[in-house]
Amino acid sequence: MLLALFNINDYDASMVDKSKVAIVGIGETEYSRESGRSELVLTLEAIMAALEDAGINPHEVDGLMRWSVDTSSEAIVAENLGVKSLNWFGDINQAGNVGAALVASACAAIRSNLAETIVIYRGVNGRSGRRYGSGAVTGRRGQGLGAFSEPFGLLTPQHGLAMMTQRRMYETGITSRHFGMVSVTERFHANRNPRATFFDRPLTIEDHQNSRFVVEPFRLFDCCLETDGGGAIVLTSLERAKSLRKPPAVVRAAAQHAYASTRDYTDTAAKFIAPRLWSQAQITPSEVSVAQIYDHFSPFVIFALEDYGFVARGEGGDFVESGQMSWDGGILPVNTSGGHLSEAYMQGMNQLLEGVRQVRGTSTSQVQDVNFSFVDTGIGTGALILEPDIYG
Amino acid sequence: MDKQKDIMIPEPLLMPVIEVEHSFFWESLSKNELRIQKCSNCAILRYPPNPMCSQCQFFEHSWELMSGNGEIFSYVVTHQPTHSAFRDRTPLATVIVELDEGPRLVSNILNISPSEIKIGMKVRVVFQKMDDEITLPFFELID
Ligand SMILES: [Zn+2]
Repeated sequence: MLLALFNINDYDASMVDKSKVAIVGIGETEYSRESGRSELVLTLEAIMAALEDAGINPHEVDGLMRWSVDTSSEAIVAENLGVKSLNWFGDINQAGNVGAALVASACAAIRSNLAETIVIYRGVNGRSGRRYGSGAVTGRRGQGLGAFSEPFGLLTPQHGLAMMTQRRMYETGITSRHFGMVSVTERFHANRNPRATFFDRPLTIEDHQNSRFVVEPFRLFDCCLETDGGGAIVLTSLERAKSLRKPPAVVRAAAQHAYASTRDYTDTAAKFIAPRLWSQAQITPSEVSVAQIYDHFSPFVIFALEDYGFVARGEGGDFVESGQMSWDGGILPVNTSGGHLSEAYMQGMNQLLEGVRQVRGTSTSQVQDVNFSFVDTGIGTGALILEPDIYG
Repeated sequence: MDKQKDIMIPEPLLMPVIEVEHSFFWESLSKNELRIQKCSNCAILRYPPNPMCSQCQFFEHSWELMSGNGEIFSYVVTHQPTHSAFRDRTPLATVIVELDEGPRLVSNILNISPSEIKIGMKVRVVFQKMDDEITLPFFELID
């Protein structure tokens, strides 16, 4: 059973959004190892697919938002779309982990009447172009505070995340086999998803345990893919959404988080965003039907389950190993498209798209009667609760 | 056989770039002293260096001499040279050492195979001169 670690009586009702925003369009390209076209073209293809899905003319878009690591500027995208007037724009500067934070910002802009129709996009040649794992994107040069860690080998994001994982294994007793069960379960979901990179390749726990270490304790099958592809979502007010083509995925709650002075070394940001997210949504974790969680490395799915309060700290491994994150009979199916580990690594865009599909009822691993679709795109840097339109 | 065992005098993967606000730290290391920033108001130690104390927002600080003793708090072993700087240096263990005084430093452990490293091992600092400006703080096991 899921524990009610957050009590509804503790919630702050003043945090609830009165005027709702909805995701009304989703689009993506194929996922590959070599797209054969530019990141801008991937971006534009995904945006056009999302606008077609929503039934919105590209000229009507008045807001554009992106990951700061995305190379297609709002200006060049607006020019190609023939946007009549770009009134809201911006990027969030962390790394790949800002997808839901962008949604939170877009919701604030729409509620404030700064924009009516905002597209959030991501287009990346993450395999054939600048490869994330190489440090080419998040480049390390021994400068700034990097002078105190990089000379010793903490060079790419995965090194810091592996360091934290090792300590959390020591503190909570979680094991590499638990991490493997995350990878195996997500692969099972990918095997049901024809868009997934690993659609036709099964994975066993033995495959995982026999795979080589990349940065110990991370094995090869703990690590996300490297992918070429594009994705986009369209947001507008729920009021306007009601007249559009597809049933809206209503943003019931959206939050972002970047720093907490009280953080312990093995805490993820999820621990600090969770109270505000659940307060906004006025629900408990046990009410969530399905979850998408940022799986750059498999252990962090378990850490997120624990730090968001779906399970108690130290119990996430058993939760995963007993099949509870599986579409097939699990109490909380997680990363139902295959996630970053087995569908594609689109830096959280996967989680946004699949979270919407679960509300619409169009996932290849559809959960029945979804009331609340949870989306995390950075183990706490941004999180959403999506829901069907219950607002008449 | 782990290659790191053969590296008795280590080379850093990247040489640090010294910034003005950090210069006292590097100057101290050149004198074989490990000094950590200490708030002049509330006496909290902070590492890596920052302009302001996060507790009381004081800018003024001193540089407190550390014993150099601590224990391994966490570690990773890089097997796949995902960054060009690793070249032929893998497998390479990188550790966080928690000093007896509290601050945690990223470093490497000398003269040990990566597979032998465990959280909780007692270590002490070893200063290695890289050039006229840079001396790096590595660690070795205390028997
Ligand atoms: Zn102070």
